[in-house]
Amino acid sequence: MIQVVQNYGLMIVAALGQTLLLCLLSLCIAMIIGLIVALFNVSHNRALNFVGTVFVDAIRGVPLIVLAYFIYFGVPAGMKAMGAVDFRLTALQAGTAALSMNCGAYMAEIIRAGIQSVDRGQMEASRSLGLSYGQSMRLIVLPQAIKTMIPSIINQYIITLKDTSILSVIGFPELTNVGKTIMGNTFRPLEAWAVIAIVYLVVIVSLSKGSHAMERKLNVGR
Amino acid sequence: MIKENGKVMVHVENLKKSFDKLEVLKDISIDIKEGEVVVLLGPSGSGKSTFLRCINRLEEATSGKIVVDEMDITDKHTDINKAREDIGMVFQHFNLFNNKNVIDNIMLAPVELKKMSKEDAKAKAMALLDRVGLSDKADAYPSQLSGGQKQRVAIARALAMNPNVILFDEPTSALDPEMVGEVLDVMKELAEGGMTMIVVTHEIGFAREVADRIVFVDGGYIVEQGTPDEVINNPKEKRTIDFLNKVL
Repeated sequence: MIQVVQNYGLMIVAALGQTLLLCLLSLCIAMIIGLIVALFNVSHNRALNFVGTVFVDAIRGVPLIVLAYFIYFGVPAGMKAMGAVDFRLTALQAGTAALSMNCGAYMAEIIRAGIQSVDRGQMEASRSLGLSYGQSMRLIVLPQAIKTMIPSIINQYIITLKDTSILSVIGFPELTNVGKTIMGNTFRPLEAWAVIAIVYLVVIVSLSKGSHAMERKLNVGR
Repeated sequence: MIKENGKVMVHVENLKKSFDKLEVLKDISIDIKEGEVVVLLGPSGSGKSTFLRCINRLEEATSGKIVVDEMDITDKHTDINKAREDIGMVFQHFNLFNNKNVIDNIMLAPVELKKMSKEDAKAKAMALLDRVGLSDKADAYPSQLSGGQKQRVAIARALAMNPNVILFDEPTSALDPEMVGEVLDVMKELAEGGMTMIVVTHEIGFAREVADRIVFVDGGYIVEQGTPDEVINNPKEKRTIDFLNKVL
């Protein structure tokens, strides 16, 4: 095991960097997607409700691995058929797209539930003062919703971090992919996967501990 | 305190409101003058709160017309946010913004809607807090206040927009008995100051003392209306008599 770390340490660190990059990009985009779709779903506009519901159902109904294949192989093929011959997606682009959409759909449900957990009277009081729906959402409802959402969001972040491993199937050089390389080169699957597992474990546990500390801080004084 | 030759502040004409098949307001017409204090009485489920919520379009009227200070609330083209700036509302469950402290609750709307600078809004908020006797609670959060204190802040919040009329939706129904008085006192002072008020309440004593007019609502209609003396002391309609017998 020490040998694996000695020989492949740099490669593992680089892969971890790629994993975190992919995860971070996806989380940021997912947050935006999730917020927009959640606002669609709580609005009183039926067309927006429909779009939001279809998105969430579609993404949740397709396994991430299929979504990744679809975007990485299917979309460029489709673009080619439509005449855009040079259209290509890097593994990072396709991976970010797949992971953002997947995480975004779950995030949308978390945010929707958070918004709906805020007492209706808060919105009514704000509207009765003359504030618009958007102002009321931004200033009154969302800040209260976020507090109840934080534990679920942290949970979703961790799931997304682990889901980056699925993107090894489109050749993205993240941790799991490097694990496969090490196993192939060394013929030491036990050590290779133990090292990879420990790296995931350390990163995820420290992130979740950090998030919990932040959560406690946010709750101070309330 | 109705102003001499005061204009009509709230005009309601043949208002009907249904929730799906349930018809809550069947045909309500009423004119409320500037400075008038109108108390709506009636059994629960009679449509009093729904009527109040139609006035600032928290509920959409099914048919009929509502005009507040020359703004047609029932007209789809009316900027309802603009109209609401001049219609205050005080809720049964206070609905203070839980994520804001007391002073920010009061300052929020005037500042966001660009009615006042931050400094002016703050000075005004402090003056209002003083008026409702809560100057020392400016930095407290709603969760740290008693029910009576919350409701007084809610009244100050409504006043911060300088409304032409304030709607009170059972403002003391969620309070412990010992806190009802402090809220009614603030409302009484407002009434004496000439504020136009429409109040849904079960406080008959308050109605008798403060109201210019009592409107008794039952089954989606106005059954009887008049001065407190006429409606409370000498009711004519059987439904009013039955109701008063139960609550007095």
